[in-house]
Parts: sequence; structure tokens; C-alpha cells
Amino acid sequence: MYSEIVMEHFKNPRNVGEIPDADGIGEVGNPACGDIMTFYIKVKDNVLEDVKFKTFGCGAAIAVSSMVSEMAKGRSLEEAMRIDHRSVIDALNGLPKKKHHCSNLGSDALHRAIEDYREKSKGRTYRRPEDGPEVCSCPVCDVEDPEEAPYCAAVCERSSK
Amino acid sequence: MRRINMDHMAAAPVLPEVVQAMVPYFTERYGNPSSMHSVGEEVEEAITQAREQVAALINAKPSEIVFTSCGTESNNFALKGVMLANRARGNHLITTEIEHFSIMHALKALEQIGVEVTRLPVDRYGMVDPDDVKKAITDRTVLISVMHGNNEIGTIEPIGEIGKVARAHNIPFHTDAVATTGVIPVDVDALQVDLLSLAANPFYGPKGVGALYIKNGVRIAPLLDGGIQENGLRAGTENVVGVIGMGKAAEIAAQEMQARIDHLVPLRDKLIERLLEAIEECYLVGHPTMRLPGNVSVTVKYVEGESMLLFLDMEGIAIASGSACISRSLKVSHVMLAMGIDAATAQGSLAMTLGKDNTVQDVEDVLSILPPIVQKLRDMSPLYKKTSKAKVTA
Repeated sequence: MYSEIVMEHFKNPRNVGEIPDADGIGEVGNPACGDIMTFYIKVKDNVLEDVKFKTFGCGAAIAVSSMVSEMAKGRSLEEAMRIDHRSVIDALNGLPKKKHHCSNLGSDALHRAIEDYREKSKGRTYRRPEDGPEVCSCPVCDVEDPEEAPYCAAVCERSSK
Repeated sequence: MRRINMDHMAAAPVLPEVVQAMVPYFTERYGNPSSMHSVGEEVEEAITQAREQVAALINAKPSEIVFTSCGTESNNFALKGVMLANRARGNHLITTEIEHFSIMHALKALEQIGVEVTRLPVDRYGMVDPDDVKKAITDRTVLISVMHGNNEIGTIEPIGEIGKVARAHNIPFHTDAVATTGVIPVDVDALQVDLLSLAANPFYGPKGVGALYIKNGVRIAPLLDGGIQENGLRAGTENVVGVIGMGKAAEIAAQEMQARIDHLVPLRDKLIERLLEAIEECYLVGHPTMRLPGNVSVTVKYVEGESMLLFLDMEGIAIASGSACISRSLKVSHVMLAMGIDAATAQGSLAMTLGKDNTVQDVEDVLSILPPIVQKLRDMSPLYKKTSKAKVTA
């Protein structure tokens, strides 16, 4: 199911842990829908000097977190803000489609950590946005919003009624 | 690497004797059982014998067995066939919240054409209360369907008592006994059921073949229309090799059942007891005693099932999980939610289903390999630090 790169990062995740005196912390996800990722960053001269993460989730979630931490480390904040879902998927040599929404949240958590750092340096508090349940694609026909999947009524709860 | 299969609910190996019985029906005995000539007739005779073997396993009459392509077909056939044939009597059906997808999704389809479905809740062990069944009955109820054993959590339902309620109200009663038939004693008279779904693979027969027991006199319409096979109830040329294999596997299951149970129950109980000891905040899912002989279902807090599954797989151990990340629909197991287990805890589900070939060594290996995996993942988990009692008191 997973690419070799995903499995390698899952087996040996880089940069796992916390930074006790982090300059910014970003969290995304909730346990009900699957994955939670927390990123910690240390910033010096506008550069991500250190990045660490903790993740609760599936193999993809752990590999995504590890990859994002590697992609971000040593980059400027502006460069790190440009890491997105697509570039993470490409770097991992692909992710199964059903994992695109729920597990590919590492860059969001990193961006929140950067926002947190920026707000703090302005003397403000960063408020984490609420995360709703993820929109998932229909397992039968791959249509992203199952309401538009006419043949999957029995499987997709959204389309029943 | 030594491989350990603890996912028998997904697949079990076919017994060598069963394969041996099947082989001639691929080649020299290739006939169609519906043919009038002797090439067909010898196959018809073999199918008759298989029907007797399957009937004997559940204490039914051979004429009450209809062969199908799998447990899913049997469940669809029972629900759709009975509802269709009894439209004049009513359109209400009673079931539970913990049924297999082949019941759940078949009922969603029926609801779209006007069938009314009552889904009964379960207690924290996943047990249905027969009194709830009684209370849900209306004068429009034409079918009750409650599963016998839940493959995911292992709980065995009080089917005999529910059967008594159904008989008293003269309502046909179906049970999905795919997880139990050939595994524990299943007797259609003792259970007081009118329809019962079974499949061959759980008792070491081939995949792709199942059966539906239909008590004589039950009104049911076929799911597949066509030629007059299976007494007109299931059209299509029989899966001859599959049926022969199912018959042989049923015969052996009847002989070996008690020995298999005596082997599995101590393994199951040892694995449960030692896992709960070895891993903090690891909880048993399902009923402690009314439980399938090979079923070990637990939840491990602060970690997610797929990541445990993948690490175990690297060590050659095959297990399953009810975590959302594993399911194709990305939803946490509806069975655990119905039991009142919160979604976050259900994410740490591990479902181990042991079979007759598992050994004490297999159990020991899982007990030495799993706890370090859990610790590694917990050390990575942001939830562990925040809420773990273990860390707070340390």
C-alpha cells in the first residue's frame, strides 16, 4: 500500500520529540478522525534551526510528519510556509488517495507552529483553528464528496436519506 | 522469517484433506450437476453428499441448505429475499447496531425502497438484550436478524433466547453465523432460528462458497433468478469444487470442533491476561466469557491501530484492527462505537483471531514483540504525555 520512502520514514522517523523551550508550537487534527500532529520549532535569524514533532496516527501520518520535519529544518520561515500537501506527497513518492486528507496534515501543523512563533514575537497569542471532521473520498468510486456519488448510497453515510 | 497468522477472521488456510477432495472436480469430474447424463449425475451425487455434510454440522435437513457464493451473499439473500416475499405481511425488520457490513449495507439499500429498520443497541460487552427485541416487535415486523458471534469483538449473542421471542410472535428469525458455524456448536433447533448464514473459510474450507439455511416453510424470494438450481432458490451453476470443499470441511469441523476449542480457549485466555498485564491502559473489548474461542480483541490507549499493525507485520505477525485509518471508509468500527467505546480509544484497536494451528510459542512471540512496539509509538504520541496516568504519577 505504501511507497518505500513512506515505509522507511515510518520505520525510522526523523526528529521525533519535543522542544521544551520551543519558539513556536503547532497542533492539528483530533483523535476521533484519526491523526494528531504536534510540531515544535526553534527559530534563529528567520531560519528553522530545529524542528521536532509528536504524532498519533497511522503509518502515513508518521511518515508525513517525519518528512515535513526534514523538509523544514534549515529553511527560512518563508520557504517553510511554502511546503504544502502536494510537495509532501511528492517527496514521499505518493500516498494512497484515502490518506490524502486525514493523514497529510504535517505541513499544516508546521505552518501553525510558524504562525504561533510570529504571533508570539508580536506579543500576541495564537489561537488554534477548530478542526472539523475531514472530508473523505468515497471508497467505492473515489468521488471526494460522497453526496455526489450516485452509486454508493449503501456505503456512504452522507448520501443515505 | 517465521510468519504468525492471528487474523483468521480475514482468512484461514484450507485443510489439505479438503483440497484433496476438491481436486478431482476440477478435471475428471468436471460435469454440470444439472445435466441428465452420467457425467453430470456423478457431480450431482457429490453435491448431495456435501449438502448432507453441511446440514449435519448445524443439525438441519439437507433440503434446508442452499449453497451460495459467500457469507455476504447468504446475508443479502436472507434479508432481501424474506422482505420481498413478505411485502403483503409487513415491511419492518429488527436488527442490531453491531452487524457485519453485509447486513448493515444490505439494510441501507432496503431502507431506500421503503423498508423500516429498527437497530437495537448493545451493552458495553456488545451484547443484545432479548427483551429489547421483544419490545421492538410491531404487527408489521416480518424479520428479525441478529448475528450469532461478532468476528471483531468476539462476543456471542443470546440467539436461543431471541429465537424464543421470535417463535412466540411467529416472526422469521435470521442469524449471521459466519463467525461461529464450524467453530462452536451451532444447532438450528437449539437456537430456534429460521434462517442462518454460514461460510466455508472460517472452518478451513475454501473462500468463495457459503450457504443459507432456510427452514422448511419460510417464505423467501431468490436473490438470483435464472435456471432451477438449488431448488429454485439460487440460480446459476453451482461452484462445484467450492461446494465439495465446504462439505468436506464441515465433516472434519464436526469431528474436530471440541479439540479445536480445547486448544484455542487456553491460548486466547493466556494472550488476553498477559497483554493486559504487559501493557498499561490496554483494555479487553467484548464479553469476557461469552466469547469466540480464538478471539482476542483489545484497545491500546494513545496509539493508533494501523501503526501497530504495520510494525507487527514487519515482524511477521498478521493481525487486524477496527481503527478508522485501516477501514476503506476511514470510519472507526461501528461495533466499538455501539458499545460506547469513544472514537479515540477505538483508534487503538487490535483484533487478533487465533486458529487451530496457532501455538503457545506464537502467543509468547506476540507478548514479547508487541509491548516494545506500543512503547515506541507512545513515545511518539502527543496524547500519551498529556493524559497518561503512567507519566503523571512517574
